[in-house]
Amino acid sequence: MTSLDRFPFDRCASELLVALRVGHVTSEDLVQAALAQIEKYDPHVGAFLAVRGEKALDQAREIDRRRARGEKLGLLAGIPVAVKDNLCMEGEPTTCASRMLANFVPPYDATVVARLKAADAVIIGKTNLDEFAMGGSTETSAFQKTRNPWDLERIPGGSSGGAAACVAARMVPLSVGSDTGGSIRQPAALCGVTGLKPTYGRVSRYGLVAFASSLDQIGPLAQSVEDCALLLEVLAGHDPRDATSINRPVPPYRELVFQRPDAIKIGYVPEMLSDGVSPDVVRTMEETLNVFRSLGAEIREVALPHARYAVATYYIMACSEASSNLARYDGVHYGYRTDEKAMLAELAEERRRLQQEGNLAALDDLDTALVRLYRKTRAEGFGAEVKRRIMLGTYALSAGYYDAYYLKALKVRRLIRQDYDQAFERVDMILGPVTPAPAFRIGEKINDPLAMYLFDLFTVSANLAGIPALAFPAGLSTEGLPIGVQLQGPPLSEERLLQMGYLFQQVTDWHRRRPPLIENDRLLS
Amino acid sequence: MSMGERPYKIVIGLEVHVQLLTESKLFCGCSTKFGAPPNTQTCPVCIGMPGVLPVMNRKAFELAVKTGLALNGEIARFSKWDRKNYYYPDLPKGYQISQYDLPICRGGYLDIPAEDGEGTRRIGIIRVHLEEDAGKSMHDEKAGRADSRIDLNRAGTPLLEIVTKPDLRSPTEAKTFLTELKLLLNYLEVSDCNMQEGSLRVDANINLHIPTDDGQYVATPIVEVKNMNSFRAVERALTYEAQRQYEAFLETGHKLGDVPKQTRGWDEDAQITRPQRSKEESSDYRYFPEPDLVPVTITEEELERIRATLGELPAEIRRRLQTTYQITAYDSDVIVNQGRAFVDYYCRLAQGCGDGKMAANWVQQDVLRTLNERQWTIAQFPVSADNLAELLRKVRGGELDTAKARMVFAEMVEQCCSAGEAIQRLGIVQVDEGELRRLCEELVAANPRVVAEVKAGKDKAIGSLVGQAKKRNPNINPARVKEICLELIQRQS
Amino acid sequence: MSLTRQEIEKVALLARLILTPEEVDEMTGQLGRVLEYMALLNEVDTEGVEPLAHAVEFANVFREDRVEKSLDREIALANAPHRDDECYLVPAVLGDV
Repeated sequence: MTSLDRFPFDRCASELLVALRVGHVTSEDLVQAALAQIEKYDPHVGAFLAVRGEKALDQAREIDRRRARGEKLGLLAGIPVAVKDNLCMEGEPTTCASRMLANFVPPYDATVVARLKAADAVIIGKTNLDEFAMGGSTETSAFQKTRNPWDLERIPGGSSGGAAACVAARMVPLSVGSDTGGSIRQPAALCGVTGLKPTYGRVSRYGLVAFASSLDQIGPLAQSVEDCALLLEVLAGHDPRDATSINRPVPPYRELVFQRPDAIKIGYVPEMLSDGVSPDVVRTMEETLNVFRSLGAEIREVALPHARYAVATYYIMACSEASSNLARYDGVHYGYRTDEKAMLAELAEERRRLQQEGNLAALDDLDTALVRLYRKTRAEGFGAEVKRRIMLGTYALSAGYYDAYYLKALKVRRLIRQDYDQAFERVDMILGPVTPAPAFRIGEKINDPLAMYLFDLFTVSANLAGIPALAFPAGLSTEGLPIGVQLQGPPLSEERLLQMGYLFQQVTDWHRRRPPLIENDRLLS
Repeated sequence: MSMGERPYKIVIGLEVHVQLLTESKLFCGCSTKFGAPPNTQTCPVCIGMPGVLPVMNRKAFELAVKTGLALNGEIARFSKWDRKNYYYPDLPKGYQISQYDLPICRGGYLDIPAEDGEGTRRIGIIRVHLEEDAGKSMHDEKAGRADSRIDLNRAGTPLLEIVTKPDLRSPTEAKTFLTELKLLLNYLEVSDCNMQEGSLRVDANINLHIPTDDGQYVATPIVEVKNMNSFRAVERALTYEAQRQYEAFLETGHKLGDVPKQTRGWDEDAQITRPQRSKEESSDYRYFPEPDLVPVTITEEELERIRATLGELPAEIRRRLQTTYQITAYDSDVIVNQGRAFVDYYCRLAQGCGDGKMAANWVQQDVLRTLNERQWTIAQFPVSADNLAELLRKVRGGELDTAKARMVFAEMVEQCCSAGEAIQRLGIVQVDEGELRRLCEELVAANPRVVAEVKAGKDKAIGSLVGQAKKRNPNINPARVKEICLELIQRQS
Repeated sequence: MSLTRQEIEKVALLARLILTPEEVDEMTGQLGRVLEYMALLNEVDTEGVEPLAHAVEFANVFREDRVEKSLDREIALANAPHRDDECYLVPAVLGDV
């Protein structure tokens, strides 16, 4: 066994795979390093909800043994990977960062988890998220806050905050997140790492705890575009268990990423660089456009006229679908249940009181025990943001409002998609900001839901249109916080996005910058 | 009380749910077999665990199309799925995947025998759609439990919901409709329609049209009647409910629209309907398109392909049997009710023996009786149609009388042999026609007094000749002897 | 778009949530503001526009009618908060059939 760098996960997964193959390191070394890194930094960052150290070591040793025997191994053999805790893993608690599922242990693997296992990846642990993936800061997790490794007083972004933070903090080289309205790209941008939301249907959703079914997608996070390409190739593919999964072969992304694409036209929307967007973000966008120009891309202005309606469209759709997807959490078949005895006693007391008062109308309306069981279970099991979205969604779908809200949103969604279709006739991809500003402070927006929602204005459109989007670091703010940009492309254009992203990372080094936490190796108490 | 005697007109519409005959559930691979121990036929998908997704069962969809075609409905070329959201412990996802605005089939009809026996009545269908079943919730009164027990074996079973127009005019018609529907769906191999096993459930909407003095009528509020567990219970429940509504009207004068729609449950023990608290009070189901399932489109070619698998349907078969084999509507009913295989048996038998009516009698009496006694299906019946036809031909030809034929039949059943072999085994000697004639000529010649009586109009006197013939030769066919003697006597004068 | 407390209570029942009076107040204000924002969509002319319910364009995805192994009962019930040896248990639902 040879010595490792201080931070083995400064290296790309692809480099590590080579090192593993030639025997410079073992998988056990890598897992030990990951565990050590987690032990050192995660008390401050809080990226992980659960770390399966012993099991991971066992798996790593087994892979080392198989490698020594000359057996054929999977594409990610021996690489430690973190998985967002809304992806079901058989035999391991899958909590979605909610009290509602604190004790839920799925009897099955999500398809992507099965694919990771088949690729011989070593799943180190489950990462923190906004509760049920509802949020953009990971602040709504019921269990812990995750802090941005670049500034521990700031949010890591969300909802895949843990998945982004653990890569940024060099705890693992790869992680898997989910993106419904930006939940991979936004934390990637705020934590200075690379993340991809694939085309809707490119990756199976089977086993991803549903938030908004027509928008959810699973995707890779890593320090580099090439690592994202590698991980995407493992995750992607048709799944007969997901009727919305695309039945087309998976291109060898991990090889294609290195190919130089032919003359690329990159569009951008000038309106996105106007007021409301921080000067740092504007500057980063302009610099990025220049880099692409220097790489030979033709830059054009495009219009996405309905972009200003995207947030409203998104939130109506997402909350409506969520209100239905979360109806199953009722304390009957799995998950949290309220203290039934206390609930029945409370109900009996209410009944007594109403009888005494002679309030027949209220008595008639009084919840049955079953209804009260549901109501209390859900009120106690869900956090405030989840409840807010369920209420909003229930309202939007309720009798008399469906046409005005949900149906209207579906129509505007088509217009937003048509905007992209038209833009992609003139350009191959669109470059844009991921967030209007770098990471804000923890607690800054949590009491203003609308402000929080508006922070998503640049990311939700890709989910509405079902198109792929790659987010990568492109600069630092004047305060030294990461700023990311994203490339959006037509459906199933992942290769080209990855190719352009890779090219960018060949001539820039934003993706190699380390958070001060790591850079200074300061031990914080 | 028949329809003509009632002081009101009854208006009934039915909402029928049938479980489809698929091996696996609508959205997952769990078995649909009836009677398994609780919660042994479930998986993450039908339990509605976090993260699972539904995938449509192709056969269920095709059975739905088959049904729509057989009911003469308009099949939607584009079908979509919707979520019906409500909370109940036997509905684990908190929503049911169903079809709301674009059901697989719209319109259509089913012709049923008219109550008065003359012709048919056409009962309109509003829609047919596909949806998943919920689980079962059981309340164990005996154990004095404060809990209900939930079994999800049934959750996710494919159901077809068939909604009729309010075209049914009496409780008896409602029962007839259900009987006819069951027959059709059995023939299509779409469903067992077995109410005892729960593979057919029905709710009824019923109200009255009460004539007023000015020649108009007033409609009473519609009541939904649930919890009827057999076709007979449907008839009884609706009979009770109609009378109850009439009395209620006389007392309160409530018309349609005066009060909200009521739900009442049939109490089989007390034989009355009782008001029921509806499961979801003023339900707002918040329907929206199911995002996890893509739509289904169907081409003309596919429709024709499915249409070609329908096979001949009960109504057509009845008509064909009546015209081809000259049997009565009643006879054709009995035969058709036994299923396709029995129909095939009958047809082969009728063709083989050349007498449809005789064949009909034999299958309805002897064959069916034997099947019931031995608990056989026609497929298991040891006497083939060809062999039975041979036997019946002998009866027609006069070689065997009916009584002997029955003995032979019994022997054929026991020994699984042909008619000829059975006759031999029983030692029945067949008297040939020539010998019979000679015997008759002898008897006629030897009994002038009998002949005179017959000529004078006393036909019964011939019995003595038959008796004598039997004494001379126990194997004679009495009916044939009578025929021949009569013929000889007539020729004399 | 201002929501009344009554409407909030009605929606809460529909969503099977129970809110404290403080939560009702907070929710009324917050949801009201969000819904006001949603009214932005009224600016968009969607006459003749087909709703986009699915991002994928394909149809007719089926599985064959084949039985697959179900979960062992113990595993199926393992996460149940309240159960007996065969079934999930809930407070009795009256009028059960």
